[in-house]
Amino acid sequence: MSASISSAGPITVGPPERKRSGRGRNYARRYWVFALPAAIVVAIVIVFPWIFTLYMSVHDWKVSGATPFVGMANYAKMLVDDRFQWAIVRTLVFTAASVVAPVILGVWAAVCFAANFRLRGVARTIFVLPMMATPVAVALVWTMMFHPQLGVLNYLLSLMGLPPSAWVYSSTTVIPTLVMVETWQWTPLVMLIVLGGIASLPRDPYEAAVLDGANPWQMFRHITLPLAWPFIIVAGVIRMIDALKAFDTIYVITLGGPGTSSETLNILLYQTAFAYYDLGYGSAMVVVFFVLILLISMLLLHVRQKQAWQ
Amino acid sequence: MTRAMTRHRLRRLLGRVGLYFSVLMLISPAILFFLWMLSLAFKNEADNTAFPPVFIPNPPTFDNFIDVFAKNDFLTYTINSVIVSFSATGLALLLGVPAGYGIAKAKASKAAVLILIARVTPGLSYLIPLFLLFQWLGLIGTLVPLVITHLVITVPIVVWIMIGFFEGLPGELEEAALVDGATIWQAFRYVAMPLARPGIMVAMILSFIFSWNNFIFGVVLAGRSTRTLPVAVYNVLTFEQISWGPLAAAALIVTAPVLLLTLVMQKEIVAGLTAGGVKGG
Repeated sequence: MSASISSAGPITVGPPERKRSGRGRNYARRYWVFALPAAIVVAIVIVFPWIFTLYMSVHDWKVSGATPFVGMANYAKMLVDDRFQWAIVRTLVFTAASVVAPVILGVWAAVCFAANFRLRGVARTIFVLPMMATPVAVALVWTMMFHPQLGVLNYLLSLMGLPPSAWVYSSTTVIPTLVMVETWQWTPLVMLIVLGGIASLPRDPYEAAVLDGANPWQMFRHITLPLAWPFIIVAGVIRMIDALKAFDTIYVITLGGPGTSSETLNILLYQTAFAYYDLGYGSAMVVVFFVLILLISMLLLHVRQKQAWQ
Repeated sequence: MTRAMTRHRLRRLLGRVGLYFSVLMLISPAILFFLWMLSLAFKNEADNTAFPPVFIPNPPTFDNFIDVFAKNDFLTYTINSVIVSFSATGLALLLGVPAGYGIAKAKASKAAVLILIARVTPGLSYLIPLFLLFQWLGLIGTLVPLVITHLVITVPIVVWIMIGFFEGLPGELEEAALVDGATIWQAFRYVAMPLARPGIMVAMILSFIFSWNNFIFGVVLAGRSTRTLPVAVYNVLTFEQISWGPLAAAALIVTAPVLLLTLVMQKEIVAGLTAGGVKGG
């Protein structure tokens, strides 16, 4: 450890607690001043809500009236609340599909956009547009496209000789349809992260593979995929967190319907807190939701780290 | 020899065709979607509800846009959106650029983890406590709660991107300035910040876009006169279920600034998104 210090340049990346020099450490402490204003604001708008949510989650908290302490009652309620449990199941199903499809398509897109071709910049910009567009506006246009009689999608299906779909108007097709929207919207983010990874890969293995007569699939399978794997995992984790939190498009397109057949945790949370004004129970759901997100993220990152060591 | 060469050339050609075909397949959902959005916004009502659908507006009409502005107070909502997004982005830059510098220089990875957790937390989870806080303070019905909650999105984006940029800058110039007797504030203000201008640009664009697009905070905190554009557009949907033209026109009005910004600034945006996997909400 200490041997590397003397050779360390000014931008060495390494364990943060590593001592650089007496003066550097001195300065490091003084640089905290720069982060102070932001830290105060973060404490008010980010950390205060976290703590206050914990506090509310153990109270029976409606918008008006007394807010008696109820201990773990809100948490106990979840154990017998069918609607909540179904929301969890739906969220997990929706998330799994909304990770797998964008990651596969995103890796495919990244491999394509890593190659050189005419109009690459234009094509990449078009590809990125869905994730930059305002989600509410996007969701509105999708809603019109899903219309069973007048929607353009059923017309396109009929052109291909396929029967019309009920899209978001049937409890069996609503989740796959929402996954399709989510995939359309967020595959670009996966593509960008994986593309960044592919761009940083060494060229030598590819040159050697070309000399050995490898075909593009073999090069992808045996060089790109293993080398870009850490980036794919990172993209997958980010995608998973965002899919768990998906709100705008589901809220605008279905509001959790028909019935409750597309009510994910985030939608139920919204309804509980801001339609039924049961803030205590809503807060308890937030806590469980947050723990769920952290657990799954940590699990995936742990898997990734284990693989990195092999 | 010649046969091997033809085979090689054929394989190259096939590879090219496959690549172009793949790219076309990948971008066509986006192209078709946005073309259809334009088509809906510029067609008259009869064509919009025709079956089989009419694809090309003939003649294109601006009636839908006129209708949107006539029936809704879209001017107010546009001004609201501009105020909220500009304030939230400006404040985030004021707070986040120095913070990113401080965290990068102090190599404080724990502070960076806090920013990451903020990225992971669902936007809704901030809303319950902040909603109560603003109610106690009597601020519901003004734009202040919106600006403050949008900081939840913009500050982490700016800090995260700036940490990356400042870590990538060579430290020699600032160290030279410090040796010459500059204070650390001067080293930051006159040496590091000018060098990080491209990073500040990226942070500004992305935090503006994700603040502009935000829906969830507005839907809870905005009153009738303080709606931002995404919330206003959602309300058009609730009240005008059947008329598609104005709906599509409203959707286009909201998202057009963002799409244009993306087209003009695509290099900066791609750089920022690739680095951080940033997304608001």
